[in-house]
Amino acid sequence: MGWLDWMLLLARIVLTFFMLLFALVIVIWLERKFIADMQTRPGPLRAGPRGVLITLADGMKLFFKESFVPTLADRPVYLIAPILAVVPAFLAFSVIPWGTHVTLFGREIPFQIADLNIGILWVLAMTSMTVYAVVLAGWSSGSNYPLLGSVRSSAQMISYEVGMGLALISVLMFTGHLKMSEIVAGQGGYYWGFVPRWNFIPQFPAFLLYLIAGLAETNRPPFDLPEAESELVAGFHTEYSGWRFAMLYLGEYLNTITVAAIATTLFLGGWRGPHPSFLPWLWPIAWFALKILVIFYVYVWIRGTMPRIRYDRLMAFGWKLLIPLGLFWVLATGTIVLLPGLYGSRGRLVAVGLIVGIGMLLLLAADVLERPRSRSREGASP
Amino acid sequence: MTGQEYAFVVLALVGTVGAVRLVTAKNVVHAALYLVVTLAMVGSIYLVLGAEFVGWVQILIYVGAIVILFLFGLMLTKAPIGRESLDNQQRGLALLVALAVLAGLVFLIQDAFHWGDRKMNLVHNTTGEVGRSIFQHYVLPFEAVSFILLAALIGAVVLARREERE
Repeated sequence: MGWLDWMLLLARIVLTFFMLLFALVIVIWLERKFIADMQTRPGPLRAGPRGVLITLADGMKLFFKESFVPTLADRPVYLIAPILAVVPAFLAFSVIPWGTHVTLFGREIPFQIADLNIGILWVLAMTSMTVYAVVLAGWSSGSNYPLLGSVRSSAQMISYEVGMGLALISVLMFTGHLKMSEIVAGQGGYYWGFVPRWNFIPQFPAFLLYLIAGLAETNRPPFDLPEAESELVAGFHTEYSGWRFAMLYLGEYLNTITVAAIATTLFLGGWRGPHPSFLPWLWPIAWFALKILVIFYVYVWIRGTMPRIRYDRLMAFGWKLLIPLGLFWVLATGTIVLLPGLYGSRGRLVAVGLIVGIGMLLLLAADVLERPRSRSREGASP
Repeated sequence: MTGQEYAFVVLALVGTVGAVRLVTAKNVVHAALYLVVTLAMVGSIYLVLGAEFVGWVQILIYVGAIVILFLFGLMLTKAPIGRESLDNQQRGLALLVALAVLAGLVFLIQDAFHWGDRKMNLVHNTTGEVGRSIFQHYVLPFEAVSFILLAALIGAVVLARREERE
């Protein structure tokens, strides 16, 4: 690599970073506007046209406020936690292709920082780091409400990570690649000439599973048990103030954007979409942003519609419904992918038969397991 | 020394410091965080060796899940602090075990590579290779290991519940 390549890499990193910051400002404003719209109130109005600068104004305010450390706090851990909320969230985004490529100085430059061979694993590894921010922030505050919030969150996030992983595994089996660019490349073309060949059509259960697990991973309502302002004041970030609070807050929104971006890349064809021939590098970025916004809108919509789930229900939903469903779908995808290769054209029929059979067995098993027994301890622990 | 070797020295040093602090830390949560440092450094050493898949899985599983479970357990049990409650007074035995493990590993590794005379040939696309060797050549050991893990899991549940009923 010559110095030009390094400069281009640096430019890409800086560009992605500022794109994300810009996206954050817009997304936070949009969420407030959407939610206000659903609750028939105007929402932010004063800062900038239609209140679009509200995030900047809030950010400025928070950065100039005092950010104090509680007396009982575990100082080093308390100071590290907000940084852990933001850094992995930025890093997770680095493997996501948010556009095709431009040709500059005779080089093809992709709109992606690094196209790792193990792309999805990187994303999973980074999103699992964000659990640390919540857990450590809650523990180190030296106060009871944050501690309760972080105990809840560690259990919740680990449980739903399993469901998320299962959803991703079935997509991986279907596409046969871990690399993000290959996954997007595999979604080109059309079914029957007009329906885009995006993964969410053949992998619809995995898509749903991913969206629900993503909602829980990012602690968004109705899964915002770690915060639960009506029970825990503000959950894990009760004791945070000033720019440290801003970091935790930004980290949550960054994670939401990342989850939506991954869903877009894996299920909705990434930056793909029909576009006119002028400025061929611009339209994919616009498609990518649009798809992220659609998923984000669905998330806000769910927030505006659903009440918070009770804690034991949350755990039961994750472990007894999402994970078995995910396992079943992994099995089904494996059958569909493998059997036609083994048994020729009849394989597809055999595959469908097997899937239906296994599904019926599972339903039966669920029925047997769900029979009311002696209900001595239901819904224990925090 | 090559760049890889420099990287290894740095990673190994940081990892060792983390490991030493892990056993000397007075606060269990801090100890768990030092464990994170050590495990992340082990993962990075895998990366330096070119084992991309193994390296990231190490970080994903150990740093991302197992230590989080430790922290979860610590928070439920109110994280005891101080030397008396953390030390189980078995330093001699621990030293013996550690030395034995070290000797065993040194012997096995030099047996495999003859002090660096035998070079490893790097396999690219390691993810596919790992998958193939686990699910084609070593299916039976893999299933046996998962069965043992399942048994341990069920055993833990049984032990925990028995106490509850008394």
